[in-house]
Amino acid sequence: MDSPRGRIYQMVQVDEGRLALSDSFVTHIDRCLGCMNCMTACPSGVPYASLLERARWQIEENYPRPWLGRKLRQHFYAKVLPSFSRLGRHAKLVRFYQRSGLQSLARGTGMLQLLGVAELDALAPRIESDFSFRHLGEVFPAEGTRRGRVALLIGCVGSVAFAELNRATVRVLTKNGIDVHIPKAQSCCGALHLHGGHLEMARVLARQNIDAMLSPEFDAIVTNAAGCGSVMKEYAALLEDDAKYAHRAMQFVAKARDINEYLAGVGLVEPKRKLSQRVTYADPCHLAHAQGIRKAPRELLKAIGAELVEMPRPDTCCGSAGVYNVVQNELSMKILDEKMGYVASVSPQILATANVGCMLQFKAGMKRKGINTRVAHVVELLDEAY
Amino acid sequence: MNPAVVEQLRKIAGRDAVLDRPEDLMLYEYDAGIRKSTPGAVVFPQTTNQVSQIMRLASSAQVPVVARGAGTGLSGGAISREGGIVVAFSRMNRILEIDVENQRAVVQPGVVNLQLSEHVSHLGLYFAPDPSSQKACTIGGNVAENSGGPHTLMYGVTVNHVTGVEVVMPSGEVVHFGGKAAESYGYDMTGFFVGSEGTIGITTAITVKLLRKPEKVATLLAIFETVDDAGQTVSAITAAGITPAALEMLDGWTLRTIEAYCHAGYPLDAGAVLLIELDGLRESVEEHAEAVQAVCLQQKAREVRRAKTEEERALLWKGRKTAFGALGRVSPSYYTQDGVVPRSKIPATLAHIGEVSKKYDLIIGNIFHAGDGNLHPLILFDIRFPDQLERALAASKDILEYCIAVGGSITGEHGVGMEKRDLMPVLFTQEDLDVMAGLRNAFNSENLLNPDKLLPTPRMCREIFGAARNPVLVQEGM
Repeated sequence: MDSPRGRIYQMVQVDEGRLALSDSFVTHIDRCLGCMNCMTACPSGVPYASLLERARWQIEENYPRPWLGRKLRQHFYAKVLPSFSRLGRHAKLVRFYQRSGLQSLARGTGMLQLLGVAELDALAPRIESDFSFRHLGEVFPAEGTRRGRVALLIGCVGSVAFAELNRATVRVLTKNGIDVHIPKAQSCCGALHLHGGHLEMARVLARQNIDAMLSPEFDAIVTNAAGCGSVMKEYAALLEDDAKYAHRAMQFVAKARDINEYLAGVGLVEPKRKLSQRVTYADPCHLAHAQGIRKAPRELLKAIGAELVEMPRPDTCCGSAGVYNVVQNELSMKILDEKMGYVASVSPQILATANVGCMLQFKAGMKRKGINTRVAHVVELLDEAY
Repeated sequence: MNPAVVEQLRKIAGRDAVLDRPEDLMLYEYDAGIRKSTPGAVVFPQTTNQVSQIMRLASSAQVPVVARGAGTGLSGGAISREGGIVVAFSRMNRILEIDVENQRAVVQPGVVNLQLSEHVSHLGLYFAPDPSSQKACTIGGNVAENSGGPHTLMYGVTVNHVTGVEVVMPSGEVVHFGGKAAESYGYDMTGFFVGSEGTIGITTAITVKLLRKPEKVATLLAIFETVDDAGQTVSAITAAGITPAALEMLDGWTLRTIEAYCHAGYPLDAGAVLLIELDGLRESVEEHAEAVQAVCLQQKAREVRRAKTEEERALLWKGRKTAFGALGRVSPSYYTQDGVVPRSKIPATLAHIGEVSKKYDLIIGNIFHAGDGNLHPLILFDIRFPDQLERALAASKDILEYCIAVGGSITGEHGVGMEKRDLMPVLFTQEDLDVMAGLRNAFNSENLLNPDKLLPTPRMCREIFGAARNPVLVQEGM
């Protein structure tokens, strides 16, 4: 009972004053995965992503959500996500939360709509013991002949929950002759804010990242999270009315690269080990639909010797979609089960993807199906090959 | 809608399978055409039995019933005109059986057209009817409207591919017309049902033919300086004794719009192109491809290209099949017509459409199934300006009347629906229409199934018959 066509129709009705910001409208917008598959399909070039962001902003501004959840969300969006030190402290708190039984309490309060922390909780990944990626401000020099120099966005959730993936990213880049800088003043990319309807805060973060990471010394600004990459590439649109930042935002966008895109662009050096396994690749929505990157991860996998097999519909959403798997759990699991059917139909040894949210969802999917197939980020597989 | 009826619907189909709030109902007030009408309730049945109960309920409550697939129709067929119940089939979307030996599939009406072909692709089979909306439209909708598509030229429309239907009658009775056999005896009930636009019953299971994929396919793109040259070539190809699988024409304006989206390599400076597909046995395809190429060059084609890879072929078709949508890039609204003319009249009809475009001061793109003479002039306008809508409707009527005048018809594949219902008297005599109405009434005596579609009411008949030369469509309007 949901489609982008219907949502756009309701948006038009809201705009024309025929429809209030009703439960129906909010429900339909809330049920949107934001997978952007509709944008890939749309011959008219309707900018659904920005329509959706505006609708969410309108809802956030005008539609009364439960008070506690709203306050908590504001706190997290405005205070926690942008600050690495607060993120670290909150991650510790969340771990306590998870293990103390308080979480069931939180579920009733709307706190689950907060951010990736709730998502992590629901899908039960271990928050990595090392917590924070403690390398802000450091530089990791290229090994061998230097072929490039990049700034790496470590991500807000990524920095506390996926520190190991960040390390792997640094290793793969340096082994491929790339200097990796971790600019100290960087912040959260703003994706959660933008998708949650907090447009102004997203702009603040965009400016901060432009100041921190846009520099002639970097060939590219790299991220290993598809959602972050897609929002970084939206900075120009986000700041188009900002006289001071509009131009720099365009320059930033010109340098923003997903890790797969960047590595496929510079080409991999000869790997030490070949990955001689049957691998199927699931396109993250924010890579395939939002950024149009489909070939790069597949090329990288082939370059390290993977036997690549294509599942049916590799670019349909897995149902992870940020916090969707928590706030719309039932629908998310339906979507996941269908996707797992596609995965199983090609019997891979490894299910590769290129986004941590998707990885967690797929791990949950494997559990649901009782399968042991390994789920891995492309960067992890590259890391093992060097 | 009477709350008691809504409550009954919930009992039948489930609480989460009925919509009746205005903000939800407005999402079912439109299809892909331009008319709107809000239903009183929408129900999403999951079984034939539920459909049967819904029909019984509707009959006893005297509420109109309209079946809806994906809402991609262009003639208002899936819009409930009188605030009745819309029966939406999005939850009856299962493929029930694939019978490889007999090359048949049994599907529920909500199965998306292209999904069936994808589902049987690994068996070397496919479902031939290929409307341009095939990524979204449902087979139930195809059956109701007797849909066509580019490959209609060789393979025929939906009715040629349906061998059986399970139908729920207004009484709630479930009947079966036809089956898996290619031919049936007695009345051809399946043939009668296909294309009846939801006016005699609602189908809940459809048996269709699956064809073997051809051994060889050749896709040619013939490029012309003028629309007229391309139009002349269409009849020249068939006069040469060749029936392509598909023979499509796009004018220069349309293909430039498409190219901006799909980058298929359509030439930006051409006056028109023909997209020609030949399929069958390897030898005959090669022979025909050469012959077609020769005919095109004789008819002043500037160049004839051939898709070298499956990707190139897919891109050319993607451009053709998403053409309507691609127009959204240049115009907020469009109105497409579905007139049919004899092939030999294509050049003259195109010239007339050019005049209509000037007369009403509207851009009209041309893209159509040239082989069938089935035109889809795309009249661009902005629905926010009422005068533009009126001009678009008037232009459209002008074109349809021309089609009729040169011996053609008002619909090739989009159906009559509410859109062209009032033009039926121009094509048929009152006696013809009376027989059709009698036939409908034999099944749907209380006129509760998709009322006011397909056939004009007797009262309307006379009014419109007399008024057919006035701008009927404008009055009928929104």
